[in-house]
Amino acid sequence: METKPKPGDDLAAFEQALTQTGEGNYVLRLYLTGHTSRSLKAVQAVKKLCEEHLAGRYELEIVDLCQQPERAQAAQIIAAPTLVKELPPPLRRLIGDLTDPDRVLVALNLKPRKT
Amino acid sequence: MNETDQRTHPALPKSPTGIEGLDQLTGGGLPQGRPTLLCGSAGCGKTLIAMEFLVRGATQFGEPGVFMAFEERTEELALNFISLGHDLNVLVAQKKLSLDFVRVERSEIEEAGEYDLEGLFIRLGHSIDRIGAKRVVLDTIETLFSGLTNTAILRAELRRLFRWLKDKGVTAIITGERGETSLTRYGLEEYVADCVIMLDHRVSENMSTRRLRIVKYRGSSHGTSEYPFLIDEGGISLLPITSLGLKHVASSERVSSGLPGLDAMMGGPGYYRGSSVLVSGTAGSGKTSLSAHFAAAAAARGERCLWFAFEESASQITRNMRSIGLDLEQAIQQGCLRFHAERPTSGLEMHLVTIHKQVQAFQPRIVIIDPITNFTALGSDAEVTAMLTRLIDFFKQQQITALFTSLTSGGRAEENTEAGVSSLMDVWLLLRDIESGAERNRVLHLLKSRGMAHSNQVREFLLTGHGVELRDVYLGPSGALLTGSARVGLEAQEEAQSLVREQESSGRSRALERKRAAVEAQIAAIRAEFGVEEAELKRGIAQGDARAAMLAGDRVEMGRQRQDDAPAPAATEKLN
Repeated sequence: METKPKPGDDLAAFEQALTQTGEGNYVLRLYLTGHTSRSLKAVQAVKKLCEEHLAGRYELEIVDLCQQPERAQAAQIIAAPTLVKELPPPLRRLIGDLTDPDRVLVALNLKPRKT
Repeated sequence: MNETDQRTHPALPKSPTGIEGLDQLTGGGLPQGRPTLLCGSAGCGKTLIAMEFLVRGATQFGEPGVFMAFEERTEELALNFISLGHDLNVLVAQKKLSLDFVRVERSEIEEAGEYDLEGLFIRLGHSIDRIGAKRVVLDTIETLFSGLTNTAILRAELRRLFRWLKDKGVTAIITGERGETSLTRYGLEEYVADCVIMLDHRVSENMSTRRLRIVKYRGSSHGTSEYPFLIDEGGISLLPITSLGLKHVASSERVSSGLPGLDAMMGGPGYYRGSSVLVSGTAGSGKTSLSAHFAAAAAARGERCLWFAFEESASQITRNMRSIGLDLEQAIQQGCLRFHAERPTSGLEMHLVTIHKQVQAFQPRIVIIDPITNFTALGSDAEVTAMLTRLIDFFKQQQITALFTSLTSGGRAEENTEAGVSSLMDVWLLLRDIESGAERNRVLHLLKSRGMAHSNQVREFLLTGHGVELRDVYLGPSGALLTGSARVGLEAQEEAQSLVREQESSGRSRALERKRAAVEAQIAAIRAEFGVEEAELKRGIAQGDARAAMLAGDRVEMGRQRQDDAPAPAATEKLN
């Protein structure tokens, strides 16, 4: 089961996850549906984010559901684009074109949630 | 895709659901290639009807289906439907069905920027294409509203989804939770305009009934009332009232009532097959016994009889009937008789559905409902009449001879049956108690018997140790009916009178005999007298002749002495 982080524990949880998973500990998958402007925006945003905040410790896969529709069910995708943070736990789904960097960083536990 | 083709068709093409009542109600099924909204409150059977639509589509109509569940996991679904007799996993393995559980977990989802539901479209599209689905169920898509906050996007996407489903040419059911003021909580009816079916689950007088109503069906006529339906181990049953027409074929075959006396009152062979018989009477007038005779006769012919008992248990009826010499136990063991004993506590419609199901399962040729009076406690007179009308129509269509008993309460007129059902019946037997001479006796009237000459006479109805017997009743000197011991008394009296008459007539014939003897004696005397006279007369005649001969002889002698002529030879011979 996923452990729900308490507001103050974010950093601790993050660091714990970091030690547990070792190298390449961020596993991200971006699910897109074809070459739409939203898709492109999302890809750019994710790449930028990874390079700026997760350099050297992330794994990113970009999945085009138009090419691999069977993966939508397996990954429980509803909306597009969706960025799934599989590791570190907890699992998070970020839906949208990721044009709000702050929200994305918070959702990925890279920035403390504002209180 | 098919849309334009369909418009050129005079009648809207329909996808049969396989749920019999629903197909009759909708005139053939749901609108083909279009989405249908199925809405209702929690627990009223939305998921079940939707799944039934897919399962029957896959198994009966060769149309594979996709079930997209937003609330239940696929394993849970499969488990739920196994208890209803459908093994979903088998259908999935045969590629006739695709199950997809869409998990919408609010805590996992963060919205960051603009999005659409293309993921869901692709997912659904993939499932449809993979098995060539013609049917789709989305149960319940409103769950998306609880997972996603941007309702503007959601609404736009739902509108697109329904249009997309139409373009795909799939017949879809979209379920929706009943809202406070609108049909569905999130106003899905706004998007699905072709067909809206509403389910309801109401409790009235402590009895809960599930009902179905077609709110809207664009381009098709449909039943508009609320129709009850039942969920049990066989799935869904729905009973539309209007689907039954008066089209049944009337049989001229006759079935024995089990009582030779009663058959004789109807001109010999008994009831027409497929007719409905009402036996009404006061308490203890022998309605159940009459029914038991009918059942026993059916069993003896090897026909199956289904007995709905609403007052007594099966064992109580068989015990009681043994006391009048009817062995129903044997018929039960032979499989010719089945009892369905139940207190009428659930709703009227539930009973109707139960009776339907039982009849369809057992396939009887004869049905006994004992008594229908108990239904009146479950609804208004109009409802009961409507229910019985449907029941009778159903039996007639199945060519089932049905016997209904009805209890008439003491205070009411005997011919005033409950719920005014007598006009629906083909044969009406009235059992009545007659009180006279400090005893109550049962009599039977054949008030009506459609399509056959029948006796207009009252019969006395006797419950004996070897069954029911019908006896002619006597009219007393004042024209009153005589039954029971009064009848027995009259019978004895008549017997005595006839003895007297017999004695009188034998006395007369003896007198006649004597007279005849006297007359004959007189005749003999006269004849004797005559004999005497005759003898005397004959003697006189003989003497006269002798004298004449002597005279002639004397003359011949005198002639000879006178030496007259030679004597005539004749005279000589005569003398010799």
